[in-house]
Amino acid sequence: MTARWRSKQMTYKIVASQCTSCSACEAECPNVAISEKNGTFVINPKKCTECIGYFDVPQCVAVCPVDDTCVIDTSLPRYQAAGGAA
Amino acid sequence: MESLSTETVEVGGAESIDDVMQKIAEHKGCGTSGGSGKASCGTAAGENDLPQEIWDKVKNHPCYSEEAHHHYARMHVAVAPACNIQCNYCNRKYDCANESRPGVVSEKLTPEQASKKVLAVASTIPQMTVLGIAGPGDPLANPEKTFKTFELIAATAPDIKLCLSTNGLALPEHVDTIAKYNVDHVTITINMVDPDVGAQIYPWIYWQHKRIYGREAAEILTQHQMRGLEMLTERGILCKVNSVMIPGINDKHLVEVNKAVKSRGAFLHNIMPLISSPEHGTVFGLNGQRGPTAQELKALQDSCEGEMNMMRHCRQCRADAVGLLGEDRSAEFTTDKIMAMEVTYDLESRKAYQTKVEEERLKVAAAKNAELATLAGEDNVDIKILIAVATKGSGRVNEHFGHAKEFQIYELSTNGAKFVGHRRVDLYCQGGYGEEDSLDTIIRAINDCTAVFVAKIGGCPKNDLVKAGIDPVDEFAFEFIEQSAITYFKRYLDKVKSGEIEHKERGDATLRQGAFITA
Ligand code: SF4
Ligand code: SF4
Ligand code: SF4
Repeated sequence: MTARWRSKQMTYKIVASQCTSCSACEAECPNVAISEKNGTFVINPKKCTECIGYFDVPQCVAVCPVDDTCVIDTSLPRYQAAGGAA
Repeated sequence: MESLSTETVEVGGAESIDDVMQKIAEHKGCGTSGGSGKASCGTAAGENDLPQEIWDKVKNHPCYSEEAHHHYARMHVAVAPACNIQCNYCNRKYDCANESRPGVVSEKLTPEQASKKVLAVASTIPQMTVLGIAGPGDPLANPEKTFKTFELIAATAPDIKLCLSTNGLALPEHVDTIAKYNVDHVTITINMVDPDVGAQIYPWIYWQHKRIYGREAAEILTQHQMRGLEMLTERGILCKVNSVMIPGINDKHLVEVNKAVKSRGAFLHNIMPLISSPEHGTVFGLNGQRGPTAQELKALQDSCEGEMNMMRHCRQCRADAVGLLGEDRSAEFTTDKIMAMEVTYDLESRKAYQTKVEEERLKVAAAKNAELATLAGEDNVDIKILIAVATKGSGRVNEHFGHAKEFQIYELSTNGAKFVGHRRVDLYCQGGYGEEDSLDTIIRAINDCTAVFVAKIGGCPKNDLVKAGIDPVDEFAFEFIEQSAITYFKRYLDKVKSGEIEHKERGDATLRQGAFITA
C-alpha cells in the first residue's frame, strides 16, 4: 500500500503568504512531509499522502490556525483522482 | 555585556545596591557555583495572609506576588509557537514590533537559544528570578521544545524558578513531566466552566487529530482544564488561573469560574481585561466586542475576592517579555546580541544582590506597618479613595509624571493602602514636550483617582490635573508608596472631618487597549 502511494504525487501545499510559521503542522504530519526552510514551512509533495491511511482529515489543515493556508495543490494530480484509496 | 542598568532600583538603598552591582560587574569571570539556589531571605509577613509555604514559594515571584513585582523580574522565552486551540481574542497571524498582545511575539527561539538568553539576562539583571514559557502558542502543544528548554536551564541556572502558562487542553497528559522538571508554578487560562459560554470564546480545538467545533470543543476543553488543575494541585504544584473578562460573554460567569477553580486548589486568580482593538484582527476585535472599563474590572475582582487572592498587577506581558513587570527590556536581548555575548553565570553575586533586595523590602514593609498603626485610632469611617502612583519599582514614588508609562492604583481606606491595579498610559513627556492629547488620555485613565503621586511634575499638567479634580502630589517624591499613601489618606480624612473638603465618589476610568501576554 505504502509503495503505491509513494509512486504518486500527493497534493497538499502551504500558501507561503498566509503561513505564520507557527510550526503546528510540522509536528502533526504523519509522514514528516513538512519542514522549515529559511523561516517558511513547506510540504514535500513526494512525502505527503493527504494523511490517507492515517487520519480522516489532513492534519496540517486541521491544526493550522489560518484557514485556507494548507490547501490542495491543484498543479499536481490528486491521489484519489489518480485511482488510489477512498 | 549589553548594559548594566540599575534604573529600577536606583532610588533609596541606592548605594548598597549599586555596590552589589559593582561587585557583580567585577565578579565576571569567576566560576559559576552550584547550589540549591534557595536564598534564605528574611521573612517578611506573608502577603494577604497566604499560608507560609505558599508565601515562601511566591514571595520572590513577580508574577504571583503583588509585592514582589516591585523588586523581582521575570522573563519569558518564546520557544512554543504552535497552538492546539483557537481563541476569539487571539490572532496568531499578526506580529509587529510595536504591538503586544496575546499570542504575539517577535522572535521565536530554539531551546538552545532560549537557554543562552536566560543566562544572559540573569547575569545582567540579578533580580530576574523567574523564567516562564508562555507561548506565543501553547507550551504544551510544543512539549519537546518546552521541556528541552527547562532541562537546559535547570542544568545551568539552578536558582531560577520555572513556570509555564497553558490553555490546559493538553495539560493532563503532561502533568507528570511538569512535576519531573520541577516546574513550581503553572498558569492555566480558564475563561469558562460552561460549554455554552465557551462556544462563544473558542471557535475550535484540535484534539485527537481532529478539529472539533463549538460547544463540543468547549466541553472537552473545560474537562481537561479542570482535571489538569486537580492533578497539579494534588502534586503540590502551585496553580494560578488567568481569565479574560469579556463583557456580555463571560463577565458574570467568571464568578462561577472563580468558585470552580478555588475549590480545585488554585491559589491565585487573575482576571484580565479583554484586549480587542479592530487593528489586532482578532474575531472579537473585528466584531466590535468591547473590553471592560476600569470600574467593571475592579468590581468583578472585588466580588471574587474572599478566601482567594485576586491578582491585580498583571501586565498581560508578551511571550518574550524581559524585566520587571511594566518594563520591557526585550530589545536589549535580541538573538543577535545574545549570541554575541560572553556569559558567565554567577550565582553568588545574584544571591548577594537578592539579599539586598530583601533588606530593602523589609524596610518598605516596616515603614508601611508603622504608618498603618497611626490609622488605628480612626473610626471605621466608610470612606475609600483611589490614588494613582508613578513608580518605576522598589515600592517607591520614584517616577516623573511625564515619564510614566503606567500608573499603579491603590485603594485607600482605614484598613490601609491596597494595590488594586495599574493603568497604562502613553508617555506624556517625550523628549521634554508635553502633548495635550496624551494628557487627556492620562486623565481618562486615572479619572477615578483622587490624587496622583509623582516624583516630579511640570506646571502645565499640574494645572490640568487640578482642573480635572485630581490632586497632583509631589511631596512624597522617592518615599515609600504605601507609607505615603496612608499619610495622605489621614490628611484627607482630617480635611473631610473639618469640612475643608467634601468626599465625593469619582467616576469611571478607561482601560487602555493594547496591553502586553501569554496563552
Ligand atoms: S496532508 Fe497529511 S501527509 Fe500531507 S502534509 Fe498535511 S499532514 Fe502531512
Ligand atoms: S500550521 Fe499553518 S501557519 Fe502554522 S506553520 Fe503550518 S502552515 Fe504555517
Ligand atoms: S491565546 Fe493562546 S491559547 Fe488562545 S489561540 Fe492564542 S496562542 Fe492559542
